[in-house]
Amino acid sequence: MKKLHLQAIDGNSTGYIGLLALLGAFVLAALGSMYYMEHNGHWVTGMDNQVVWGMPHVFAVFLIVAASGALNVASISSVFNKKIYKPLAPLSTLVALALLLGGLMILVLDLGRPDRLIVAMTYYNFKSIFAWNMILYNGFFVIVGIYAWFMLDRTMKQYSRYAGIAAFVWRLALTTGTGSIFGFLVARTAYDMAMMAPMFIIMSFSFGLAFFILVLLAAYKGTGRPLGDVIVNRLRSLLGIFAIAVLYFVFVYHISNLYATEHHGFEAFMLLGENGGSTYSNIFWFGQILVGSLIPIAMIYGPGVANCRKTLAAACVLIIFGGMAQLYTIIIGGQAYPLDIFPGYDILESSFNDGLVSQYSASAAEIMLGLGGVAMSIIVIALGIKVLGFLPASLADSEADPHHKA
Amino acid sequence: MNKSTMNNESVNIERRSFVGKSATAAAALTIAPGVFLNQVHAKPAGEAVTDAKRWGMLIDTAKCASGCTSCVTACHEENGIESHNRPLTDQQWIRKIKIKDKLTDHVVSLPMMCQHCEKPPCVDVCPTGASFKRVDGIVLVDRHICIGCRYCMMACPYKARSFAHEAVDNKVDYQPRGKGTVESCTMCVHRVDEGGTPACVEACSEAEHGAMIFGDLKDPSSEISKQLVEHGGQQIRADLGLNTGVRYRGI
Repeated sequence: MKKLHLQAIDGNSTGYIGLLALLGAFVLAALGSMYYMEHNGHWVTGMDNQVVWGMPHVFAVFLIVAASGALNVASISSVFNKKIYKPLAPLSTLVALALLLGGLMILVLDLGRPDRLIVAMTYYNFKSIFAWNMILYNGFFVIVGIYAWFMLDRTMKQYSRYAGIAAFVWRLALTTGTGSIFGFLVARTAYDMAMMAPMFIIMSFSFGLAFFILVLLAAYKGTGRPLGDVIVNRLRSLLGIFAIAVLYFVFVYHISNLYATEHHGFEAFMLLGENGGSTYSNIFWFGQILVGSLIPIAMIYGPGVANCRKTLAAACVLIIFGGMAQLYTIIIGGQAYPLDIFPGYDILESSFNDGLVSQYSASAAEIMLGLGGVAMSIIVIALGIKVLGFLPASLADSEADPHHKA
Repeated sequence: MNKSTMNNESVNIERRSFVGKSATAAAALTIAPGVFLNQVHAKPAGEAVTDAKRWGMLIDTAKCASGCTSCVTACHEENGIESHNRPLTDQQWIRKIKIKDKLTDHVVSLPMMCQHCEKPPCVDVCPTGASFKRVDGIVLVDRHICIGCRYCMMACPYKARSFAHEAVDNKVDYQPRGKGTVESCTMCVHRVDEGGTPACVEACSEAEHGAMIFGDLKDPSSEISKQLVEHGGQQIRADLGLNTGVRYRGI
């Protein structure tokens, strides 16, 4: 492999400026949505006292999970010493930081009192997984930032492997923390399972890599820089393995629930659409499993698509769509299914919808807030590759492949 | 007035007095045990709460009348909670639920509110410590440091917490509340600290149901402790091991 040459993009084209303007409009719309929700109160959203986390949280958790996954490419290079990924490691850190920023932006702007963020930064209840996560998120910015600095600064380069290992361990902790937000909730049938943490880690591998590949393809197409098949096909097969691994975890999650009688009600709701769960079972089977997993896996491993960039890009889009569907079924579906406050009893009357499935539907403001977070992430990436030299000048096979033979 | 008339008068006065005292005693024993309990526990203002007491409630579902919502009305009046006719987003600190045993068809009516757990999941998950438990067992939300993340609502097994989805117009001095924060039953801590009884318990007594008893679970001579020793009382979702301060009879 030749010497790595990173080069900032010019960022003067109409397309680039148009992209930033479009993304900026989404961010403005998100801020407007936030103002609308905060001014009127959350009753104008689809959220209520049963589904307390809605569409903004689906977007936010997706971005936070994808953030740690986007760091994979750097980790494979630094921790596992795979040289072919080395040129992409700085870009990987940038995408990771940008996704986390977008996700946190949504979370904070959805708070009932976002003006009190300083309280959350100064009062810590160390038994709260949320409090841990605040430390993990802030720490991620610091550690990944240092990691990127060490990789790019010639005088610090010798320490970059150690920073990479620290970032790898930290990102595993971060996604463990995100999964445990749900995994440690004893009260709700859909959660309360330790495997939420490893499942979120494997989800992060898949969603983060899908997002990273899209950024890579777009950046190289947009700048006209050479991008060889060797690196792209490596990432393609890695994505396929991760997508299959996510399916495996989903299978184990449901098979565990199906074994326990107390969870049969929830599984009938989620898998068969019984007891008012048809929306969620449709999203599960068609969104998450078929369109979001099986079809993209077929697009990755199918015949005749080995070097097709468009097919790969489409597969990445579908995996991201499937990831959103998965988080929708976990976050919204898990809350919509009623709490089992009185096991063995039917609820005949309640003013608070006890025992009833919640019919959540996301408001436009919630969706705009979520899209604004995604737009913010992409803005940071676009600005990052313009201001800093994160993007290799060439990833042609002759440059990127350590085993390339001319 | 002759001597025999005087004697009759004197007998009548004594009889009236006896009947009056007996009626008072009978009323005290039957309709308002909770009220009498609270004459002894007033805490001087400024004195710290101690763990010498653990406040709790016992709800006898056999006495809880189906269709009666006196406790709900009293709670919401006491704490300034107003409905916007949007039950899914309105605050509900206490609610009435009617349940039926799936096997026996036995129907039970009961009030449901914060169960004031010894190990409250809402307190565990709260990132800022806004959800907290006083040493006397009352679980509260400090609405000055609540950031409105709603994680406590995700964690509560009893759906006992509400988010203030709209501006709070009707504010009472002892109950700071505001849009964007989470609320739940305070066990009328403002009354309890002054030696009073929660509004729901008082209303239940006034409605002559007497289904709710409030008192100190650590005081063996309290009515609630005596009732629990004699007749027992269940926790809702006892399997979670939260050791609730609110106990029920008849489920």
